[in-house]
Amino acid sequence: MRGDRFFTPIREAKGVPKWVLWSGVVITTFFVILALFAPVIAPYNFDDYQTASGERFGKQQPPSAEHPFGTNVQGTDVLSRVIWGARTALEVVVFAVFVSLAIGLPLGLLSGYFGGKLDRGLVLIMDSLFAFPYLLLAIVIAFLLADKIGRGVASAAIAISIVYIPQYFRVVRNHVISVREESYVEAARALGAKPRTIIRKYVLQNVIQSVPVIATLNAADAILTLAALGFLGYGIQPTDAAEWGYDLQRAIADAGAGIWWTGLFPGLAIVALVTGLTLLGEGLNDVLNPVLRRRPIEDVVLPAQPAKAPVEEVGV
Amino acid sequence: MAGAHHTTSLRTYALTRLALALPMIWILLTMVFVLMRVAPGDPISAALGGRLSPEQLQERRHAAGYDEPLIKQYFEYLGNVVTLDFGETIVDNRPVTEVIRQNGAATLELTIAAFLVSLVVGIPIGLICGRYRDTPIDIVGRFFGIVIYAAPVFFLGFLAQIIFSQWLGWLPSSGRASPVTSFALHTTTNLFLIDSLLSLNFAAFTDVLEHLILPATTLGLVIGGVFIRLVRVNVLQTLQGDYIEAARARGLSERNVVWHHAFKNALVPVITVIGLQVALLMGGAVLTEQTFNWPGIGSELVRYLNNRDYVAVQGIITFFALLVVFISLLIDLVNAWVDPRVRY
Repeated sequence: MRGDRFFTPIREAKGVPKWVLWSGVVITTFFVILALFAPVIAPYNFDDYQTASGERFGKQQPPSAEHPFGTNVQGTDVLSRVIWGARTALEVVVFAVFVSLAIGLPLGLLSGYFGGKLDRGLVLIMDSLFAFPYLLLAIVIAFLLADKIGRGVASAAIAISIVYIPQYFRVVRNHVISVREESYVEAARALGAKPRTIIRKYVLQNVIQSVPVIATLNAADAILTLAALGFLGYGIQPTDAAEWGYDLQRAIADAGAGIWWTGLFPGLAIVALVTGLTLLGEGLNDVLNPVLRRRPIEDVVLPAQPAKAPVEEVGV
Repeated sequence: MAGAHHTTSLRTYALTRLALALPMIWILLTMVFVLMRVAPGDPISAALGGRLSPEQLQERRHAAGYDEPLIKQYFEYLGNVVTLDFGETIVDNRPVTEVIRQNGAATLELTIAAFLVSLVVGIPIGLICGRYRDTPIDIVGRFFGIVIYAAPVFFLGFLAQIIFSQWLGWLPSSGRASPVTSFALHTTTNLFLIDSLLSLNFAAFTDVLEHLILPATTLGLVIGGVFIRLVRVNVLQTLQGDYIEAARARGLSERNVVWHHAFKNALVPVITVIGLQVALLMGGAVLTEQTFNWPGIGSELVRYLNNRDYVAVQGIITFFALLVVFISLLIDLVNAWVDPRVRY
């Protein structure tokens, strides 16, 4: 029954939203397949610098039949690193979205439903976090976590997730506040339902619908943040996994020598995946949100009432 | 704050808003302090460990007060920030305010230029897309906005360096000025464009401008992607307004309606929304500086992080936190001044 509510509008989508949604689906699926089957698809391992017979690839070789995307300064195959990079990106992003959702959603529910001092305190903290330049926050946290738990997928994911907690919190909280006063919730309350039951059965059911859209748009943002961390050298340990941002950092030095293939392909991979996720999120937003469909422009974000339309805002 | 029947005066609004900003500053400062103190080891041994003997380290720790109880350090930190003292870096003994003054100018120059680029890109495209909603022009414009925002600034920077410096040889790919210029330029404001104009050194001006073009355009394009969307949505909204309908009903030409009624009103809210992109601009500046070897405050932050100089990092982050709160305060006040409805 719930599945119907989600999939029927998607099947029935028409016009521009349909195209936006489906191009997003296609691009995203492509990268998910790359990520899942990287060992099968990629010609080499992400850190291989020689063939099985022990023949070196050579450093910074231009694209050729053996290496369609060329090789980089470390003498590894760029194509293989791009494919393996999809796996790293997916791992980190799924982890990060999950963590920020696991913290942001419950806090938003409680804050919105109970209000009062708890709400005011949480809103202030989340607003402060939100106001802060997110990349700086992620850099410092990734840096500190690296000392504690190493530079793995977990550190990167946690650093990224902390940045997005306030966004989930705000969306969920504001949604809860609007739902809280609906007559069906009031009816449940009048019938003597406990807050726990009301939140779970009535409020959460309603609020959860806005999650796929925000999660997708945040995932797009998270890919960029991960790449930025990697580019600055605070991402994942280069020996552990292939990461597009790190590859671009190494490629900047190549630019001076006119070597374009080491940066172009990882960069295009980032652009394509982020575009795909953004289209998917926007498409879902248009299709699933009948209110937005009819009056999409109601949701302009003005600084005075930023809480009104976080969905529109995060997707930019 | 006030009842539904009378509007709050601007002064009351400003004071209320200021009162709200103070706890935010306090929370941010506390966050920064906690973050920097959960780092393993004290700042002195983190930065200088291995280079000094244990006795010397202990002496420096004591001199800097790192053997005091944390709560005392915390209040000392808050007290220092109030007097705008952000501490002194450990690795090269520079007051952080000095770092901000010197390298901040480079960042300021970059971000202002980038901001101009983003307006030049974002506003016209956004206006056109909004005016011709759902036509091919709109779709191309929106898609451009999405793709440009999806491009990491360092990737655009990489492409720009390859194309414009390497292949075409038009523009320099890194730094703020060529060595000759930096040597000859008499700096007063540290904003090189202004300094070179003040000293009437036009060769230097051209050189500085050439160095600025690629970084500013790269960063500006990414931020411009955001503006396309903001402006477009605002145009759509104003075009649906009753007064637009009224203007059409009065028989004004469509051109007149769009230019004089819709665009003008669409841009007023955008001006304030644009201010919200400051955080994005700051993050983007760190990446752009790193890409183009730009000696700004972001480059310094990365350098001090790599040297594990927590005092410098704490000082710079504190500065950013204050800046963000200050700018959002400023924007809200401007907004309230322009639009009395905000004040309720």
